[in-house]
Amino acid sequence: MKFDTPATTNPIDRGRVVGVAHDRIDGPAKVTGTAPYAYERHDAAPQAAYGWIVGSAIAKGKIDAMDLRAAQSAPGVLAIVTHQTAGPLGKGARNTAHLLGGPIIEHYDQAVALVIADSFENARDAARLLRIDYSPEKGRYDLAAERGHATVPKEGFGGPADTAAGNFEAGFAKAAVKVDQSYTTPDQSHAMMEPHATTAAWDGDSLTLWTSNQMVAWAVEDMAATLKIPKDKIRIVTPYIGGGFGGKLFLRADALLAALGARAAGRPVKVALARPQIPNNTTHRAATIQRIRIGADRDGIIGAIGHEVWSGDLPGGGPEVAAQQTRLLYRGTDRLTAHRLAELDLPEANAMRAPGEAVGLLALEIAMDELAEATGVDPVELRIRNDVQYDPEAGPQRPFSSRKFVECLRQGAERFGWERRVPQPGQVRDGRWLVGMGMAAAFRNNLVAKSGARVGIDGRGHVVVETDMTDIGTGSYTILAQTAAEMLGVPIEAVTVRLGDSLFPKSAGSGGQFGANSATAGLYAACVALREKLAAKAGFPANQTVFEDGLVRLGNQSQPIGALAGEEGMWAEDRIEFGKLTQDYAQATFGAHFCEVGVDVDTAEVRVRRMGGAFAAGRILNPKSARSQVIGAMTMGVGAALMEELHVDKRFGFFVNHDMAEYLVPVHADIPEQDVLFLDELDDKSSPMKAKGVGELGICGAGAAVANAIYNATGIRLRDYPLTIDKLLAQREGSALA
Amino acid sequence: MKPFTYSRAASVEDAVAAASSGGRFIAGGTNLLDLMKLQIETPSHLIDVNHLELDRIERTPEGGLRIGAMVRNTALAAHPDVRRDYAVLSRALLAGASGQLRNKATTAGNLLQRTRCPYFYDTRMPCNKRKPGSGCGALKGGSRSLAIVGTSDACIAQHPSDMAVAMRVLDAAVDTVAADGTRRSIPIADFHLLPGDTPHIENQLKPGELITSVTLPNPLGGTHVYRKVRDRSSYAFALVSVAAVFDGQGGSRFAFGGIAPKPWRVAAADAAAAAGAGAVAQAALADARPTAQNAFKQQLVASTLTSLFRQKEARP
Repeated sequence: MKFDTPATTNPIDRGRVVGVAHDRIDGPAKVTGTAPYAYERHDAAPQAAYGWIVGSAIAKGKIDAMDLRAAQSAPGVLAIVTHQTAGPLGKGARNTAHLLGGPIIEHYDQAVALVIADSFENARDAARLLRIDYSPEKGRYDLAAERGHATVPKEGFGGPADTAAGNFEAGFAKAAVKVDQSYTTPDQSHAMMEPHATTAAWDGDSLTLWTSNQMVAWAVEDMAATLKIPKDKIRIVTPYIGGGFGGKLFLRADALLAALGARAAGRPVKVALARPQIPNNTTHRAATIQRIRIGADRDGIIGAIGHEVWSGDLPGGGPEVAAQQTRLLYRGTDRLTAHRLAELDLPEANAMRAPGEAVGLLALEIAMDELAEATGVDPVELRIRNDVQYDPEAGPQRPFSSRKFVECLRQGAERFGWERRVPQPGQVRDGRWLVGMGMAAAFRNNLVAKSGARVGIDGRGHVVVETDMTDIGTGSYTILAQTAAEMLGVPIEAVTVRLGDSLFPKSAGSGGQFGANSATAGLYAACVALREKLAAKAGFPANQTVFEDGLVRLGNQSQPIGALAGEEGMWAEDRIEFGKLTQDYAQATFGAHFCEVGVDVDTAEVRVRRMGGAFAAGRILNPKSARSQVIGAMTMGVGAALMEELHVDKRFGFFVNHDMAEYLVPVHADIPEQDVLFLDELDDKSSPMKAKGVGELGICGAGAAVANAIYNATGIRLRDYPLTIDKLLAQREGSALA
Repeated sequence: MKPFTYSRAASVEDAVAAASSGGRFIAGGTNLLDLMKLQIETPSHLIDVNHLELDRIERTPEGGLRIGAMVRNTALAAHPDVRRDYAVLSRALLAGASGQLRNKATTAGNLLQRTRCPYFYDTRMPCNKRKPGSGCGALKGGSRSLAIVGTSDACIAQHPSDMAVAMRVLDAAVDTVAADGTRRSIPIADFHLLPGDTPHIENQLKPGELITSVTLPNPLGGTHVYRKVRDRSSYAFALVSVAAVFDGQGGSRFAFGGIAPKPWRVAAADAAAAAGAGAVAQAALADARPTAQNAFKQQLVASTLTSLFRQKEARP
């Protein structure tokens, strides 16, 4: 099904199942421990041996010699894989560094060997016996120091590196009110619950990987390219994923080394990264330096807006596209965005939840708070005044498909009690706490991706959905079941959803908050095809046939859907492909975050007291799981604001705090009441589902609302995340802190 | 984890006898097992002391409190005598770790937990504590969380315990028995050692010497406060913590966590209480030698004391 004209009324609009809050259908299996994860596939790959990854002890240089003898003769050792034994390997198009390093070392903790043994403990112990001699080389580990050498990155995710409209420099120069500030965000780690893990088994020249990966088709392609074998010899199975946040978008060392290990050992091998290996071995969100200039008139109306971003990555890597939202969020005729990329020899940078906007809004939305203060316009009102209903770079000929930004601002402010905010900082005290309120815009592009599914129905009216779509804890199983139930007029209990298998039709996968809308739209297409088949069999004209209450009906005539499918059952497969609507219309999701914090008047400890947000993201397919997505993302925004930071050792070139005792993310005690409002919205240009993504929207801007609340509480304007005690204390002079 | 043998001690005598031929005691294992998995600790023999009858809390004839070495942190924090007479200890315990860890962690084990310095944990990095003579990775590296006072050029690791800070302010004593049956009582002030040139030696215990209990002197009365400042609300090590007892007659005592290789207490700081929080901080940190990354802890000690004085004054 090609989606190239706006959706008209369709069966999803009935809203009997889709759009209704529903418990996760995979919930019981998960909470009872019966949902098998990648490292637990004893059922599918019995007698698996255990692989332990050895990571490089240097960040840059080469291996001079590897002495495997002691490890090879250690108890239980079956095989050792290194660059010398692995045979010729290619590299996946989506990997920057090689997943198996040596002799050249590209980053710290890059895998250089896999030790395979009969037990986990034996593998881990033997790994300690590897003697590796390195020749380290001088590396580049400091973004600020390399900023001057940064270059224009090639066009990739996020569009062109630079955009412009009007004449920014001239417009900014003549503005009555100017904000010109720099902001920084640190390297961050995904810190998902389940580590990267894979069980691999060969059957002749065919490879099966039970793994934890957000993008099945990408994993097949990149594994085929790395092993130099045909794609059809590779099966990826990833039905359950314990979180990803972008850290599992790509083929990683666990999968490659499990495959190589299984080949070397001649039996199935499983490999999981230990928690301390994850931050340096896998990808992370890159640190940024951002300069924002906004020129406005005295009423806060923006005339010029410029956002420049510097980030770093390994040679061949990509930028953090943190200026994305600045291209679309606010009005202004004179515009400039620019991304510059420095080469760094730190571990590989790549996508983490809402790449671009998550850190771009951390900066932009402080800048807007600064503009509000400079103009004396209320921060909510300032954003309302600068709303624009079309792509401001392209002009009115490219309107937004739907944009309820102003409604989010108004309704969010009202629910939160924004009118009680005292604009003057440092005025509100509650015991030892200085109390402040802050807000920020939420914005995230609405991406779509072609997505396929097949759907079958048996003689009892039971429906099966199969697609290689993944559920990374987001609720994919449930919304797909809702979609099939709605389309075929059966109860959700009659639907079984099977996901995450490369034998199933290719889907959009989970990333860029495109998964829910795209994958349900793909299933919608398959269901339309099945409805046509069923209607044809009934002898009904498809466009007049109603599917409801388990019946296929035309006027007074009806047949039970199962009976119509017959003993043989009936299947249909299709996919959704998106046409020009994403070019003709700017498509994005919107919201407004509100936050109240307390800051200890003496110690500068920050505690979030309450958060609230209003969001417009098209049809909300399952309000329950959508809310979970948003509050989880708001929580991650608190982490970004207050604590998350990979500390770079600029001598050795690695992330020092590489475990969860030292890399802090919020705990329950950090997160108070979170109020989430979804606005009623249908976006007929986004997909037949009229939905948009919501998995990333909640993190976008959340941290800036915290930052602005801290300013309101204390009068201290911090521009370097995370906003920790040491930074607040350094600026206590003249603030409301004691 | 290197292969090791395991035995379960049935009595204290049994335990120390087993230890005399080498081996490490294991109780809650909340730190030792993690370190063994990383091969930072590589004992060849473990002696399980969980079943020794060292899990009682009882009054001493003198009116103090003897806490068995195997008393779990959860039980100690909840004990009515501790809550009534040694509230600073109860509060410190509850500020540490998580509920699950406190259920496992023991009184003796808590005293012996090792630093959270990230260079100690990464075996590819230099660390004089883990590998004497290999250098200190932290001194010119990531040191934000580390110690600012009592350090040496060899080591700036901090002691991570909350419990021990409260015990230090209470002047507890650590009771031990050696392999030859000798018993001794070590004042907690002397129990932990500063790093000097030998940061791998962290306390007074001789090989095979077993902690049997911790004895608290008679209750001090007064107001007990434990204030822990950290980067998130719970389940994080202290940037700075302060245990304080104000006796109500102008006498005060302070011990500090998160800033030193051992629970930190300075007599001059206790004496400076009348001059206010700033004076106490100044006395406590007289010999501080912070790094650029952790210099803020000096200010944070003063701020935390200010907060704590304010908290005390706010009480009736």
